[in-house]
Amino acid sequence: MARKLPALNPDNSAFWQGGAEGTLNMHHCQGCQRYFHPPAPICPRCLSQDVGPRPVSGRGKVLSYTINHQRWNADVEVPYVVAIIELADQPGLRLVSNIVGMPVDEVRIDMPVRVTFSQVEDVWLPFFEREA
Amino acid sequence: MFDRLFEKDVAISGIGQSEVGRPSGLSAMQLTLDAALEAIADAGLSRDDIDGVACWPGDNNNGDAFSPVGPNALISTLGLKVNWFGGGYEGPGPLAGVINGAMAIASGLCKHVLVFRTITEASRRLTDKTASALTNKTIGRDSSFFWQWYTPFNVLSGINLMAMYAQRHFHEYGTRPEQLAQIAMTCRANAALNPKAVYRTPMSLDDYMGSRMISTPLRMLDCDVHCDASTAIVLSRIDAARGGPNPPIRLEAIGAALHQPWSWDQIDLTAMVTGEVARMMWSRTDLKPSDLGSAQLYDGFSILTMIWLEALGLCPLGEGGRFIEGGHNIARDGVIPINTNGGQLSGGRTHGLGYVHEACTQLWGRAGERQLKAHRASVVAAGGGPLGGSVLLVRE
Ligand SMILES: [Zn+2]
Repeated sequence: MARKLPALNPDNSAFWQGGAEGTLNMHHCQGCQRYFHPPAPICPRCLSQDVGPRPVSGRGKVLSYTINHQRWNADVEVPYVVAIIELADQPGLRLVSNIVGMPVDEVRIDMPVRVTFSQVEDVWLPFFEREA
Repeated sequence: MFDRLFEKDVAISGIGQSEVGRPSGLSAMQLTLDAALEAIADAGLSRDDIDGVACWPGDNNNGDAFSPVGPNALISTLGLKVNWFGGGYEGPGPLAGVINGAMAIASGLCKHVLVFRTITEASRRLTDKTASALTNKTIGRDSSFFWQWYTPFNVLSGINLMAMYAQRHFHEYGTRPEQLAQIAMTCRANAALNPKAVYRTPMSLDDYMGSRMISTPLRMLDCDVHCDASTAIVLSRIDAARGGPNPPIRLEAIGAALHQPWSWDQIDLTAMVTGEVARMMWSRTDLKPSDLGSAQLYDGFSILTMIWLEALGLCPLGEGGRFIEGGHNIARDGVIPINTNGGQLSGGRTHGLGYVHEACTQLWGRAGERQLKAHRASVVAAGGGPLGGSVLLVRE
C-alpha cells in the first residue's frame, strides 16, 4: 500500500523515526512539564523553547474513529480505520493514526490501544492495535 | 471587548450567480463573468464602480477545480481598476472573502468590493476523480505543516475527519443516523423548489439509510454534490449601498475567531471551531438566535450543519440530533428554516458564497416558489474543523 510519507526535518524526525528503537516519541516541554503534539521548536502553552522529543508509553485509548470504505485511489486497500488516539501519558495528548490488526467493525471509542510500528523507507509509521 | 464593529459600515448591495451545472459546458471564467456582471448590475453599479476584489480561497496559480479563478484573473479579464484585492486559503473558512472585503471597505480602502467564488469540480471530475480531494497534493514527500500528520495514515478526504467528529457526537450525545438523515432530507425537500438545484427528486429515510457508507458513520448522502458554478456579491460602504436599487443587507456581525490550534485533532472533537466563531458573532450584536428567520449553514458534510445549529444557539449544545429529528424544526415552516435552496447537499457545492446568495435572495423576497415568510435577519455560517466563519445579515 503506497502511502504518502512525511518529509523529515529536525522537529519531526524523532516522531517519525522513533519506531527504529521501538519507541513512540512525543515532544515534551521542560518549562511546563507537559507534552504537546505536533512537535515544534516552541511550546504553544508557555512558549518555552526548552522542548524536545521524549519516549512515551505508547499506550492510550480511542477518542474517535471512522471505518473508511471509499477507495480513494488504486493504492489503498479498504476498509481501513482512521482514529484519534489519546495517549495515557497525559490527558489531551492526541494524535491521528490507524487501528490495525483487528476486524474493523470491532473498533470502539474508549478501546485501549498500544502502538505498533510499520517501517516504510526511513519512516516508522506509529499505528495502534487493540491492547491485549 | 471590541471598541469598533467595522462590519456595521458595510452592506451587500447586489448578488449574482451563474448556472449551476453538473457539469456545465461553460468555462470557469465564463461562469465567473456571469456571476460577477449579474451582481454588479444588481447593485445598480457599473464595472468602473468596483474598486476592490476578494475571493476565498483564490487561485493558487494552478487552476485547481476547487477554485480555478482568483482575483488576479478576474481583475485582468474584466479590466477592473482596483485599490485593493486579495485571495488565499488561510482565513476563517469559505466566508473569508466576505469578511476580508468588508474590512477593506471599513478601512477606507474601497467603496464597492466584488466578492466571488468559482468552482468547477463537476467537470474536472469527469477526468480526475480526486479533483475535489481536500488533502495535500504535492508530489513526493509531504512537508505540509498541517497534512503531514494525516496523509501518512491515508486520511485522503475531509470526510474521514468529519466522520470522526460525527462519531464522537454520536458517542457523547446519543445522536443517531436517523436523526442526521434529516439534514440531507430537508435539503432535498428544499431543492425541489429550486429550479437551479442539482438533485430535486424526493429523498426518503430509506433512501438515506440505504445509501453507500463512505466513512462511518457518514454515507454518500451526507456528502455535498459537485457542480460547476460561480457566485458573486457586491459589498458596498453602507452610505453608498443606501443609494442603490436594493434595500441594503447589512453585515450586522461577523464571526472569524480561531482560539484553537490549526489542526483536525487538537481541537474540540464535536464543536470544532464553531463555538468561538459563534460566540464572537453574537458578542457583536444585540440580536439573538430567536430573531433569525432563516439560517444557511454549511453542509459540505451533513454533520457540520447540525454542529452549526448547536454552535449558533439555534438548539442547545449536544441536542442537535434531537432538534432535527423528524425534520420539523428545520423545515421551511419550522422553528428555523435551513438551506432553503437545497444547500450544497442537493443544490450544489458552490462552497460558501452560495449560502450568502440564498440568504440575500430570501431577505429581498426574490425566492419565488421557495420564498419563506418575510424576515429581516438571517445567519450564514461555513466551514468545519479549524476552518470556520459566520456572518449575521440584516435587511434594512
Ligand atoms: Zn510549556
